[in-house]
Amino acid sequence: MATQASAAMNFESGRSPSVAIKAVDPTDFYDAKGEHHPEGSTMLGFWLYLMSDCLIFAALFATYAVVGRNYAAGPSPKDLFDLPLVALNTSMLLFSSITYGFAMLEMEKGDLSRVQIWLAVTGLFGLAFVGLELYEFHHLIHEGATPQRSAFLSAFFTLVGTHGLHVSLGIVWLVTLMAQVHKRGLVPENKRRLLCLSMFWHFLDVIWIGVFTFVYLMGVLQ
Amino acid sequence: MSAATKAGHDDHGHAHGHADAGSHGSFKDYMTGFVLSVILTAIPFILVMSNVIGNNQITGIVIMGFAVAQIVVHMIYFLHMNTKSEGGWTILALIFTLTLVIITLAGSLWVMYHLNTNMMPMHMHTR
Amino acid sequence: MFSNPDLQKLLFGRLTLDAVPLHEPILLITFVMVGIGGVAVLGALTYFRLWGILWRDWFTSVDHKKIGIMYIVLALVMLLRGFADALMMRAQQAMAFGPNEGYLPPHHYDQIFTAHGVIMIFFVAMPLVTGLMNFVVPLQIGARDVAFPFLNNFSFWMTVAGAVTVMASLFVGEFARTGWLAYPPLSGPAMSPGVGVDYYIWALQIAGIGTLLSGINLIATIVKMRAPGMTMMKMPVFTWTSLCTNILIVAAFPILTAVLALLSLDRYVGTHFFSNDLGGNPMMYVNLVWIWGHPEVYILILPAFGVFSEIVSTFSSKRLFGYASMVYATVVITILSYLVWLHHFFTMGSGASVNSFFGITTMIISIPTGAKIFNWLFTMYKGRIRFEVPMLWTIGFMVTFVIGGMTGVLLAVPPADFVLHNSLFLIAHFHNVIIGGVLFGMLAGITYWFPKAFGFKLDPFWGKMSFWFWLTGFWVAFMPLYVLGLMGVTRRVQHFDDPSLQIWFVIAAFGALLILCGIASFIITLVVSVIRRDQLRDTTGDPWGGRTLEWATSSPPPDYNFAFTPVIHDHDAWWDMKKRGYARPLQGFKPIHMPKNTAAGLILGVLSIIFAFAMIWYIWWLAAFSFAAIAVVAIGHTFNYNRDFYIPADEVVRTEAQRTALLAEHV
Repeated sequence: MATQASAAMNFESGRSPSVAIKAVDPTDFYDAKGEHHPEGSTMLGFWLYLMSDCLIFAALFATYAVVGRNYAAGPSPKDLFDLPLVALNTSMLLFSSITYGFAMLEMEKGDLSRVQIWLAVTGLFGLAFVGLELYEFHHLIHEGATPQRSAFLSAFFTLVGTHGLHVSLGIVWLVTLMAQVHKRGLVPENKRRLLCLSMFWHFLDVIWIGVFTFVYLMGVLQ
Repeated sequence: MSAATKAGHDDHGHAHGHADAGSHGSFKDYMTGFVLSVILTAIPFILVMSNVIGNNQITGIVIMGFAVAQIVVHMIYFLHMNTKSEGGWTILALIFTLTLVIITLAGSLWVMYHLNTNMMPMHMHTR
Repeated sequence: MFSNPDLQKLLFGRLTLDAVPLHEPILLITFVMVGIGGVAVLGALTYFRLWGILWRDWFTSVDHKKIGIMYIVLALVMLLRGFADALMMRAQQAMAFGPNEGYLPPHHYDQIFTAHGVIMIFFVAMPLVTGLMNFVVPLQIGARDVAFPFLNNFSFWMTVAGAVTVMASLFVGEFARTGWLAYPPLSGPAMSPGVGVDYYIWALQIAGIGTLLSGINLIATIVKMRAPGMTMMKMPVFTWTSLCTNILIVAAFPILTAVLALLSLDRYVGTHFFSNDLGGNPMMYVNLVWIWGHPEVYILILPAFGVFSEIVSTFSSKRLFGYASMVYATVVITILSYLVWLHHFFTMGSGASVNSFFGITTMIISIPTGAKIFNWLFTMYKGRIRFEVPMLWTIGFMVTFVIGGMTGVLLAVPPADFVLHNSLFLIAHFHNVIIGGVLFGMLAGITYWFPKAFGFKLDPFWGKMSFWFWLTGFWVAFMPLYVLGLMGVTRRVQHFDDPSLQIWFVIAAFGALLILCGIASFIITLVVSVIRRDQLRDTTGDPWGGRTLEWATSSPPPDYNFAFTPVIHDHDAWWDMKKRGYARPLQGFKPIHMPKNTAAGLILGVLSIIFAFAMIWYIWWLAAFSFAAIAVVAIGHTFNYNRDFYIPADEVVRTEAQRTALLAEHV
């Protein structure tokens, strides 16, 4: 069998000129000048990560949709949700979005100190958001509306909390990036990372639109 | 490592920076997006908080519509989605993901609704 | 241990000395064997001074080829564990009739069938698939590595960390007794208060991170790093199936992550997602877990389809029949695999409308799969077929898989499923497709690409022995289960009363022994091939008369894969190059830009094991400490900007000159 294979191989290897169908320029088959560079994959890779994260939220939203009305004779959204607070919270996230956008615009201009200022402002808005959410959670738990009270509250705390956890993670990342930008300046690596965080931050906004509409506003409507 | 190749590589790195930078929005884009999203956030809150429409079901549908519109605004003005970035792969990934999100949400609701009605008749009363 | 129980609880959580199951003789023997084996391996590594090589060239390597090989080694090691579980189950069921209680008490038997399923799917099939894709895909698309080499190393170590966590349950505490998908309420805090389900959750969560990241990595690699000229419709079929598999991974694993997170909240925090009271709904777990679970089936089988496509066309010396239809079939399967999940719980009571929808989608998904079978058959038709070992696996697959597929279509009919649900018929069906499809595919792939990875072929005699033992063993082991399933015997049963069933279980156990011979033959193949490596040497880089790019470079390939990036004109790129008189470039080499090795992935993996262990045993201080350490190492790693280097042109010249000499010697 082995000899058969090697016979086939010699026949097919094209080393004998009689088999060659047409003479070719060797550079038809390889990049002799080394001109080919694969494009950067980071943006696409990070986008794919965001898509997978989006599906984690999809599962949490689906769970909320299915068990979100099982109050188990406990409090319902109408009893619990404080819409002015949610509106304030939403505005924090919206402001942080636009300030991150300003940081990106300054990054394009190459103004390092302004990038840092806008990043810091974004981080503060993010902190305000997380702070308000923690205040809300604390308040709910204080009133006895704990995650253990009913399936509705389990799903509520998990969905909103997962989003909050993401924002917190974004803040840690933001601080890390500020340190890295401070250390190395706006080198291509840092620009790429700032872009990734930008995508992450704006992605969390999009999720929040789903949260405030589906959980808070629709909840109060029930 | 020769100095020439190193320089060549650095150029390459810069070229990247520029290629990536091409996907940023302008100041105008960000402001448009911001203003639109403020409006699209404010209206649903007002609709619900002051009960403008008076019918919960219709209000629900309307605010869902606003949410979808706002998501699209964020995608375009903040996430700079377009059909060309990364050779169309980002939009393709997004469409695929959204399809799966819809399948997960609608499918779960459909399946679980039927399971609940068939298997947990007691459950429907205790709500 | 301590006079103060509070202090002990603070320091060790719920971990006590009783957790080490020294009172169970079977486990004690395992301990001793593992201990002796471990000491022998460590001793040999030290004696032959291999630690340095292992650390520098393998553990910290970011080379996709090395990582791919390590994945496969992990899978083969775990296969031995998973198969030991299978043998124990078959032995128990063959003897436990009437007054004979067998040798496994229920609580032990339940752990074994759970561990068998979890290990075989997550730590055998998944690493085999990921490993093969990791090794082959960059070579097939003419790339020098994957898109994110460090991430690749990190993914591997997370998979290892998951595997180690499962293995740890054998020695400290217990594993889940819930079945491989841990349905609540059985897996909830009330019914499973022990550590078993927690081992299950953390092992899967950690390995899941690795799987997800490697999925993203390979998609980015395939999309962004193809050689010039390789348009989507010129990609080799294995690369196509890999792309679709990784899309499925990225789109399905987040659901598993989420649902396991919800289950852990129920267990750790006391929420009510899947509990029976306060509004929880256990059926939602089943629903969500299968939204992940069904795509998972295709995650495993699609790469196997890719392997068979490559092998069929290589060993028939023909272009693959219906390349485009193969690609479309793969894409259709990818999308349809999200629309069939409910067929895993027809009997839960969704009613006729829902069941018929999912029954029909399930039948539809068999159509593209069937189209693929025809494509392979037509490729073989009038081909000059060489019956080498990879081709034998392929033909064995085609016969076996068609049967498995047909029993699958039977199960897709909801009324039939009401009879067969959770019976041994189902067990026989999915082993029929997973062994006959995934496992045969992976063994075919390993045999096919082994010469590429190591520079010598696998010994054909022992390879054939392995094939025939596996094939006959499979049929003897699982056909009785079809019969038993039709007679109404359910799965996961530790003891039987009806003596007339025993003969079937005895036959099945005999089949398992034949499979054991198949596994042993495979190990012998590896050993014999290493010993006979000089006779089996592949000097050409193209031992099978291959058609795709990986055969254009040497065996084993240099670190940089290709001295010059290839330019592609056809989907059988290497065949095209050979046909049209390609001459290997001998000069003009340039320095090659490569990523640097790093230990960060391994460190993060070890810390993850510690974190998982601490969480499982409620050792909160250690959990906090290890989590902080993970964060510090991960963030610290991002401060390292010096991640690449150049292989100098001289070294490329030297490597290529060696190959030129080797080729000249063996013309």
